[in-house]
Amino acid sequence: MSANGTPILQVQELVKHFPVVEGMLWTKVVGWVKAVDGISFSVQEGETLAIVGESGCGKTTTAKLILRLEEPTSGHVLVEGKDVHGLSGDDLKEYRTTVQAVFQDPWSSLSPRMRVQEIVAEPLVVNKRMSSDEVKHRVAEIMASVGLRPQQATLYPHEFSGGQRQRIAVASALVSSPKLIVLDEPVSALDVSIRAQIMNLLVDLQRQFNVSYLLIAHHLATTRYMAHEVAVMYLGKIVERSKTKELFKNPLHPYTKALFSAALPAHPDITREEIILPGEVPSPINPPSGCRFHPRCPSAMPHCSQVEPQPKEIVAGHLVACHLY
Amino acid sequence: MARKIGDVILEVDDLHTYIFTRWGTVKAVDGVSFSLREGEALGVVGESGCGKTMTALSLLRLTPRPAARIVKGSIRLMGENILDKTERQMRDIRGRRISMILQDPQTSLNPVFTIGNQLIEAVKIHHKDGHKSLVRRAIEALQHVRVAAPDRRVKDYPHQMSGGMKQRVVGAIAISCEPRVIIADEPTTSLDVTIQAQYLRLLREIQEETNLSLIFITHDFGIVAKMCDRVMVMYAGRVVETGPVRSIFNRPSHPYTQALLNSVPNMDEDVERLYSITGQPPALWDLPPGCRFAARCPYADDRCRNEYPPSFPVGEGHTADCWKLASS
Repeated sequence: MSANGTPILQVQELVKHFPVVEGMLWTKVVGWVKAVDGISFSVQEGETLAIVGESGCGKTTTAKLILRLEEPTSGHVLVEGKDVHGLSGDDLKEYRTTVQAVFQDPWSSLSPRMRVQEIVAEPLVVNKRMSSDEVKHRVAEIMASVGLRPQQATLYPHEFSGGQRQRIAVASALVSSPKLIVLDEPVSALDVSIRAQIMNLLVDLQRQFNVSYLLIAHHLATTRYMAHEVAVMYLGKIVERSKTKELFKNPLHPYTKALFSAALPAHPDITREEIILPGEVPSPINPPSGCRFHPRCPSAMPHCSQVEPQPKEIVAGHLVACHLY
Repeated sequence: MARKIGDVILEVDDLHTYIFTRWGTVKAVDGVSFSLREGEALGVVGESGCGKTMTALSLLRLTPRPAARIVKGSIRLMGENILDKTERQMRDIRGRRISMILQDPQTSLNPVFTIGNQLIEAVKIHHKDGHKSLVRRAIEALQHVRVAAPDRRVKDYPHQMSGGMKQRVVGAIAISCEPRVIIADEPTTSLDVTIQAQYLRLLREIQEETNLSLIFITHDFGIVAKMCDRVMVMYAGRVVETGPVRSIFNRPSHPYTQALLNSVPNMDEDVERLYSITGQPPALWDLPPGCRFAARCPYADDRCRNEYPPSFPVGEGHTADCWKLASS
């Protein structure tokens, strides 16, 4: 897990605002949903960065911006140093093989009309010039490495269980030898005993192929198991970012602390300090002024509602955006 | 803690609920026995298809008809066997003695009625009151689940509320007729982590106030660790292990329970590698004669594959169905 040279993925001051429209033909913009509001991070080769946060915090929009499924309002996404949103022609095809995705629900992410062989081969057929023999060979190879049998290549997705379908999705993501895979809640739709299979598979494949992961998750224990670094998002902002070990040992931001305290214990004898946050996540249309967390924060101070805290490095590599520090 | 564990309020004995389909008989619940005391919280843990939801629906006699039938066993709720009751009598029991909180508030609330209407609908069955006092009861029920400004909120439609708020409304409907037993079927899976913490605390508070008995149906041992006194682990239609929560966590004795506990990543310590169970649960219409977990069990031998194990005692009130416990 070395980090030499430029990171695989760099996200710089990324902003995505969606207009809220009404009126005739929806021409009048009455507000903006600030889904992602100035976030920066990077992912090193062979490592995993997890983005955790609750619904509406902007983690899925971030994933979409990196996958080029949305155009950013401002800011940059650099993959291997190239700005993703300025690509065209061969560079774009190159990007599409370098970055892949695995989605949450393997029941809706696999086309029911395609055979496994075709699903897995699709990134190669679309983006690379390969003979059909080469494609077949590569598909067989990758299916073996995710634990599927070669005879299963001619079956349709409905003939598989949830865990096996997620293996197919992983195979399809890996087939073009990508450098980065965006994993959007890859195990949360699966049964408990199957989750461990897929998590172990993803960890093994990372070691084998030195691929980087951007893991979108809401389950903290999953990120502890899989990620090298964790970024905590709240209402479009990254409030804390650190190496996983350091973060779980020493969470600093009051929101991170509340998230940790809300996580369910692994044993009945583990009792955590109960921090129950009042209310719910406010709307990103008119986010609170100053620090966005201040209306729910147990340690809010008067100036928290006025001044937006800037990320500060407390310990080497541990950034937190909070006036307490 | 005002909660006091009292007498047995619900006793299920040898329950069999089968689903009859064109392709065969699905043995969704195949010989389940347990009891629940007043003020107690029982966790029912298992994966999808293990029969935990069918067990819950059997307790309410709400199994899908005509396909599913309770073919054997008894369910004694407050001393009476509810399998002998007529449909009309059941309507009196549901809501007032036993009720249920469903998993997904998105689909369990009707989008075209206000939440006030839906609360009144539940209350009206048991209280023949005028409209005004029914509205008052609905407002009280919302207050009970800590919904802010309940007199205004009763006029809201479900889409005007957030997910956590809707789940509170579903809870309010379940407790509105003061039942003694509430079944919560994965009550927090659709909620965010901090909202889940709020909701679990609310359930705990309601339980302490009214000394309710709770049955948590879940796949998450975390909820069991936080909320339950006792737990039963289900696999392929049967209870494979049951006991007090601490005893199960400290001494899981069925290989399936052990595997489940070891396959979950831990929040509080680093885990080198997760244990993963190979394979899939057996099809419920084509069950093996022996232990149902044998095909996935690392310790299975011929006896396991051919003969279903009886329950062996492991500790105080703690039993597991595994042949490996016979020799020791």
